[in-house]
Amino acid sequence: MLVTSSSPAPAAGSRTTDAPAAPAIDARDVHVTLGGRPIVRGVDLSVPAGQVLALLGANGSGKSTLVRSLLGVVPVASGSVHLLGAPLGPRVPWDRVGYVPQRMAAGGGIPATALEVVGSGLLHGRRLLPPRDRRARARAALETLGVGHLLHRRVQELSGGQQQRVLIARALVRDPRLLVLDEPTSGIDLPTQEAFVRTVASLRDAGTTVLVILHEIGPFAPLIDRAVVLRHGRVVHDGAPPQARGEHGSAEHDHTHPHADPVPPSEGPDLTLGVTP
Amino acid sequence: MTWWDSLAELLSSPLMQRALVAAVLVGAAAPVVGTFLVQRRLALMGDGIGHVALTGVAVGWLVGSWAAASPADAFAVPGAVVAAVVGSVVIELVRERGRTSGDLALAIMFYGGIAGGVLLIKVAGGTNANLMSYLFGSIATVSTADLWWTVALAALVLTVGVGLRWVLFAVSHDEEFARASGLPVRLVSMTVATLAALTVTIAMRVVGLLLVSALMIVPVAVAQLYARSFGRTMALASGLGVVVSVVGLTLTWWNDVPPGATIVVLAIAVYAVGALVRPLVHRHRPEDDPHPEMSDDVLVPATAGEDCPPATAAPRR
Repeated sequence: MLVTSSSPAPAAGSRTTDAPAAPAIDARDVHVTLGGRPIVRGVDLSVPAGQVLALLGANGSGKSTLVRSLLGVVPVASGSVHLLGAPLGPRVPWDRVGYVPQRMAAGGGIPATALEVVGSGLLHGRRLLPPRDRRARARAALETLGVGHLLHRRVQELSGGQQQRVLIARALVRDPRLLVLDEPTSGIDLPTQEAFVRTVASLRDAGTTVLVILHEIGPFAPLIDRAVVLRHGRVVHDGAPPQARGEHGSAEHDHTHPHADPVPPSEGPDLTLGVTP
Repeated sequence: MTWWDSLAELLSSPLMQRALVAAVLVGAAAPVVGTFLVQRRLALMGDGIGHVALTGVAVGWLVGSWAAASPADAFAVPGAVVAAVVGSVVIELVRERGRTSGDLALAIMFYGGIAGGVLLIKVAGGTNANLMSYLFGSIATVSTADLWWTVALAALVLTVGVGLRWVLFAVSHDEEFARASGLPVRLVSMTVATLAALTVTIAMRVVGLLLVSALMIVPVAVAQLYARSFGRTMALASGLGVVVSVVGLTLTWWNDVPPGATIVVLAIAVYAVGALVRPLVHRHRPEDDPHPEMSDDVLVPATAGEDCPPATAAPRR
């Protein structure tokens, strides 16, 4: 009910034809400065509706900061951002924007249940009071991710993977048209990753635009339409996703190989090995 | 005289009636705001606001003496309200700007508030003894006018704090997500700060400015030992606040002890007992296996155990 309520899932090939004209994300020449240091330097990014875009790059390349600035979490120093056709601000249809941060906020020690955390996803810029069916929707979102039984558990005592699913449920409870995920699969075991990829696939089939920050494409490979690679706060690659090795994404593939995953060719040197100034 | 007669006498005293109404309202409202403050890691904010409010009391006194108001402290409570609201907004702005310099800025503000209060009360022709009733509470001096202030502000704090609790929770729990949801984070943060300021001023007469923070925080500390959810923590803390306030106040009817300090000591005693008893109440439930049955990510020899990291992740980290 959550993931398919917007329309019966169109075939993957046709989803661009019936998409609205406005891109889900339209960022022009975005600069972000944090603590006096330029973190994002002139990024142009237009994500058409229905696309699944992977944002790649080494640690410190500005991926998270870019995404946070696109959603208004950190201020944009210069440039413009439009989300779902509206300029960043109160006119954005926030009820259709879902965000999954990297990890659960620590909080000050007051217990909170998964129901309360997921329920907080029902509030947004246009709704300050929870809807009547708060419980039912929170339960449905958690059940989509296979963790319905955690509804009344304290989030503080859940495992990292369970917390991650609660955060994803908090984003999905809105039935988002634009879903932004910051390394959703880091620290999560493979069965959970694969279940999560299936969830994203069904969202994609329902026409949701997905922007996902990834460290390694891994099980996402078959989903990704386009990859953008950042380095030192600039876009250095924008186009087809780095090709994963043929056998890697298949279900039969046995993830026990001793060697490292092949480095995507366009990713370039890690920041720690970066060129001297 | 039986205890029943004594209780009837207590309840028929107009002074005690006013004091009890104030204690119930303050006891209920303070922990509601305290829950949000603890969640936002601002447990000491009430303390800071209390310091600043003292300057407000003295300024009110000063204005009262210029206007030749009678009694001299007619403007003390309004002065405290204004100073506390301004102070809380400044604290919130400092917090929002960053953390490194904020700590120092807050400390300077707190001590400035106390020093300013002591200095100005002298200028206004009062004495430090006048300030004592604000610093440590003097529920015996609660007038009918004070009571109306308390009733109105407590009703406001409870309505906003309970009515908007989910949006206040959303912002307090995860500010980043709240911003990414288009929630008016700054407005909500200012609302919490203002609620804290109003709570400080209504609790000022009951427990005093120096102890007001205890009434906001200690019941929350007790409640979070036992409650499993945010909503229950808030409800339990509020109930506890009422109980310790009423019991503490009632004790002062028979024993000549200061009510504010009695209430706070009582609350801390409840916390101590609660923390000691908790391990006995919260036994490990055997059906709650922390290691759920999952298929392993990796093919491992049977003896290697389940601590192996996923093979795909290991080489890159």
